[in-house]
Parts: sequence; C-alpha cells; structure tokens
Amino acid sequence: MKKLTSTLLLTSILAVAANTASADTLSSVKSKGFVQCGVSTGLPGFSNADASGNWKGLDVDVCRAVAAAALGDAGKVKYTPLTAKERFTALQSGEIDMLSRNTTWTLTRDGSLGLNFAGVNYYDGQGFMVTKGLGVKSALELDGAAVCIQAGTTTELNLADYFRENGMKYKSVTYDTSDATIKGFEAGRCDMLSSDQSQLYALRIKLKNPGAAIVLPEVISKEPLGPVVRQGDDKWFNIVKWSLMAMVNAEELGVTSKNASSMKSTKNPSIGRLMGGQGEKLGLGDGWAYNIVSQVGNYGESFERNVGMSSPLKISRGLNALWSKGGLQYAPPIR
Amino acid sequence: MTTETQTYELGNHPDLEPPSNTTGIMGWLRKNLFSSYVNSVLSLFVFYLLYLYIPPLIQWLFIDAVWTGGSREVCEVEGAGACWAFIDSRFTQFMYGFYPKDLLWRPNSAGLLLIALMIPLFIKSFNYKWMLGGFILVIYPIIAYFLIHGGSFGLEVVETNKWGGLMLTLVLSGVGIVASLPIGVVLALGRRSEMPIVKSVSVVYIEFWRGVPLITVLFMSSVMLPLFFAEGTDFDKLLRAMIGIIMFQSAYMAEVVRGGLQAIPKGQYEAAQALGLSYWKSMGLIILPQALKLVIPGIVNTFIALFKDTTLVLIIGLFDLLAIIQQANSDSAWLGFDTEGYVFAASVFWVFCFSMSRYSIALEAKLHTGHKR
Repeated sequence: MKKLTSTLLLTSILAVAANTASADTLSSVKSKGFVQCGVSTGLPGFSNADASGNWKGLDVDVCRAVAAAALGDAGKVKYTPLTAKERFTALQSGEIDMLSRNTTWTLTRDGSLGLNFAGVNYYDGQGFMVTKGLGVKSALELDGAAVCIQAGTTTELNLADYFRENGMKYKSVTYDTSDATIKGFEAGRCDMLSSDQSQLYALRIKLKNPGAAIVLPEVISKEPLGPVVRQGDDKWFNIVKWSLMAMVNAEELGVTSKNASSMKSTKNPSIGRLMGGQGEKLGLGDGWAYNIVSQVGNYGESFERNVGMSSPLKISRGLNALWSKGGLQYAPPIR
Repeated sequence: MTTETQTYELGNHPDLEPPSNTTGIMGWLRKNLFSSYVNSVLSLFVFYLLYLYIPPLIQWLFIDAVWTGGSREVCEVEGAGACWAFIDSRFTQFMYGFYPKDLLWRPNSAGLLLIALMIPLFIKSFNYKWMLGGFILVIYPIIAYFLIHGGSFGLEVVETNKWGGLMLTLVLSGVGIVASLPIGVVLALGRRSEMPIVKSVSVVYIEFWRGVPLITVLFMSSVMLPLFFAEGTDFDKLLRAMIGIIMFQSAYMAEVVRGGLQAIPKGQYEAAQALGLSYWKSMGLIILPQALKLVIPGIVNTFIALFKDTTLVLIIGLFDLLAIIQQANSDSAWLGFDTEGYVFAASVFWVFCFSMSRYSIALEAKLHTGHKR
C-alpha cells in the first residue's frame, strides 16, 4: 500500500510538472470558441449568478474582457465556479484558462504554485465597521474596544498586530462564520467588526438598518486581488494582463462603453492607440481594446456597476480610484 | 325532572358508560398529559414554550411574510416577516440550477416519464412489475440522460455545469441509490464467499471506502484526479463526483446487506443446497429475498443518508439545492435573506426524506409474511 501511495504521489507530481509546461492557451481558446474562467461560488459584487443564471461582478468582468479581446465577444465565457481549495488545481490542471476569483497576490502563491498574477483588479484590505452611534472617526480612537471577528483567519493576526503597533488594547469576540460575526455585531456584542473591506460592505447590507453602521477609512493589511494564469504561457499572460490594463487606461482616457464608437474617430493619439492598432503585438485582432470597452466598459464603469455607488454594496473607490485621483489603479501606457 | 327506574333481568344489564373523566378530551388530557405531578409540570412547561415560540414563528412565516416582489426593497418594509419573494424570484433556479429556461421541458418530461412509469408499480393487479422495474432501472436512465444532457436525437447539449438545484440533488442521489444497491449486494455476497480472492477483494474494497469520509472522496475526485490526467482532458466534474458517491455508498450498502445475509438461519442455505439449486439460484430465490426484506429499514436509512450527503458536493463547486441557495444569498440584490433560504432548503429535504421513510414502512408492511421477530 505504501509503495502504491508513493508511486501515485510521484505520478501526480510528474503530471503536475508536465501539465504546467503548458500549450498555447490562446489558440486553444480560439479553437474551442470560448474562455473557460474560474470564478467564486458566490461573492457579492465580485462573482455571482443572478436570477436568470447570468454571472455578474467585478471578477466576472475581467473574464468577459479577456473574451472580448481574444474572441471579439464578451459573452463567450464559460464559468467554472470554484471553492477556495480547488481554485489553483483547476488552473494548474488546465481545467480553466484563467482564474478570476478574488485571489490575493502573495509571494508564495506567485513563486511556488506555477502561477502568474496578471494584475490587480481590486485593492482590498482589512478594515473596520462601527455603529454610527459610537461617533468614532478613526480606528485609533478605539482603545479597549470589543471586536467581532471570524476565528482562524489572517484577519485575527492582522488585528493583533495593528493594536499592538499602536499600543492599544482590545477584546476579541470570535465567531465561526462571517454570518455569525455580523449577527454578533448587530446584537451589540462588540463595538466594531473587522474583516476585509469588500466583505464589510456586503455584511453591512445584512444588518437590519445598514445606514446605522459605517466603515472606517483605515486599511490595516494589503490584499491585492487579481486574475491569475498558468506559468509558461507568456502570450496568454500578456493578453489577460493587458485586457485589465485596457480597462484602466480607458477610464483614464475617458472612453466609456457609451462613447466608445464615437471616440474611434478622435484625434487624441492615446485614445487612437487604444481604439485601434497594437493588437498584433499581443497576437490579437486590431479592435481588441475597443471590443473590451464597448462590450464590458472601462474599469470605472465596471466598478460602479458591480460594487460601487450604483450597486447595493456602495463601496467607495478609495484605493481603487485612478492614480490621478488619489488611488492606486495605474496602467502602463498602450503604445 | 324525574328519575326513571328501570329493572333489568339478571345478566342483561347493559354496559355502563365509562366514567366521564376517562373519556373525551378531559380523559385524553388526564391520561396523556397530566397523569402525574411530574408530567403535569412538564406539560405546562412545554405549553409555555410553545406559547412563547409558535405564535411569533407563524407571524414571521406567514402573516407578516412578503410573498412576491422583484428585489430586496419589497422586504425592507418595517415589520416585514419572512421574505418569500426571494425564493419566489429564484424558484426556477433552485429547481433546475442554470439549466437554459427554454429547454426546461426536457428535465420536466424526464421527471414526468419517471412518475408515469412508477404508477403501475403501485397497482396491485399489474402483472409485469418485474419487467417494468427492469425497464425503469436499466432503460430509463439512458432515456433520462439523453433528455437532460442531450447530444443526440437533435437535442442540444446542456453541459453538466449548467445542471443544478433540486434537479442535481435528485440526479446525484437517484444515480447513487440505483447503482449502489446492486454493487452493494454483489460486495456483500463477495464478502461472505468462500473463494479467498473474491472475499479479500470485497473486504479490502468495503473497508477502504468505509474508512474514508465522503468529503475526502469528493475532494480527491475534484482536486487530485485532474492532476493525473493529461492537460485538457475534460473529465466531467459531475461524473467524477457521481463515481465517488457510488463507490462510497456501495460499501455502506454492502454492510447493510451483509447484516441481512447473516440473519438468515443456516437451515435456509442448507435447504437450498439440498434442493440442488446452484449458488446463484439459491441466493436469488431463497436467501436474498428474505435478507433484503429484513434490512429494508437499513437500506432506506442509507438512502436517506445519501440523499442528505449529496449536499456535500457544494464543497467541490457543484450547485446542488443547498449550494444554489447559498449562491443566491450572495447576490448583492438579495443579501441578508439566508434564513429564508435555509428554511426553504430544510423543508424540501424534509419532504423528500419523510416520503422515503413512509414508503419504506409501507413496503415493509406489504412484504410482511408473518415472520416478524
């Protein structure tokens, strides 16, 4: 039995090695006619299916942008819902072409899993939510507070670090699930709730009176989330990377899904480069970026639609504003 | 009023009414709820608890509930109870997953066909039950596969990643039930066989699959297996999960059946041999009919457990009934109605499990031949 197990393990390792030395994803995508995209099994605003079964969200829009660039049609995506444990295997084994599933970019994942992170489509980070009645403007005023938190997550460690760093005391009230955490917060078991910011906004809606709670501006950890591809296929890596960049560049240049067709004839050389040409360098057609912007929209549109002020989540742009507006979203020029 | 006196002949006095405090509601109450001090106190305590919880529950479930509406705003009214509008707006999805709406007639007709085929099985005078049963177990799954999955006879293919909801739960548990029983019977016979290789293979199989949790089997099938295949080999995830469930379940089934085989007195085996029946004939005609009848409660228990265990597929990203409800809960248009979703899932599961257990009781009564121990 032992021998069998080790043989199996060895085979699996060899299989992984063989798998990661990958083929040409772009041509396989073109020949099958769709992009197979790994998404979450349901995360508000990032990826979830609506009542008619269409996938929507900020992460889903990245998949759609890649399909628009590679195949000219944002609708040509097939979604594979993945749990957190399955996501990397699904990518390594070639079950999916790309992974867009609120995955934090870390050195370990980038360096040891045979994967490449193609950029950051959402800068997340751990934050705090308090009741408005408390009248607090900053987390630094919360010395001695009771904090509702989900047990066994990195959130717990980050929180301990933050309070120690600032010489403050706190009492943690831990729960097993995020649902239990928000129930505890609602029942007044703690003064504030700590979790990733994108989660905080989704949790806030679950309160009986969402208006009574506010999310504080402090962000105490770095959680850059972005799309991931397999290592060893630089061409496909570039396509995913620049599909995201094209959305950010389009916002910077003021090109939206509505004005994209009229912008095609503009004299502005940067917009001209975005709307036509440059495609062959990525192995794509000429109108790749035009397809993205006209069918999916620019980054700002996607943000507002899925998680921003025109969505139920009402997340402010914050770190995800363009670099020119005080945020971190910065895309290299298309030229 | 005058009291009439009446005389009876000796021995012809009619039976007197029972004392009034032992009949009617009062009698029932005295007998069942207030038969002693302890029981009276307990009864009152339970009544108090019911009084505390039942009226608000009914208020929440029905009276204050919001039944229809297109978005969460309709349920955000002050004092609104359960938000059934959430279930209502997603009902098709909960039943069929992401199955294309215009093709829903296909799973529907597969389901109706099954019901139509099952009806004669309950008619006593219908004489071809064996043939019909065989048809349902062997031919029907093929028809259902082509109806739901498509791919030939001019039917468009609907990939399994679009299957979901209650349909997926029923497909998984149906296939698991139908496949695991025969495999389980064979394994149970194998384990009791006198041939050393057959016996040891059965023992190893059963003990291996009983020794691992289903969740590990599912993880293996979804996370480890793809790594063994060449890249791009698309081995359907649902099929992988299904095979895992069948393997797992047949080991349990084998042990249930073995329990039945062991309960059959040795005389029956010897009688079968004395009649000159071959091994398969003696098993098929003498031993198994008795053994399986004995273990109906055990078999149905396993089926019910399997039916509920199928919800575990949510950890490998398949959207069964429970998973699709959780998924719907993460739609930002409907955040915060988890309770309604879980109540709905629980009641659907309860209906199915309860009917299974009622059916098994009916089956036991029908097959009862006076040998009850």
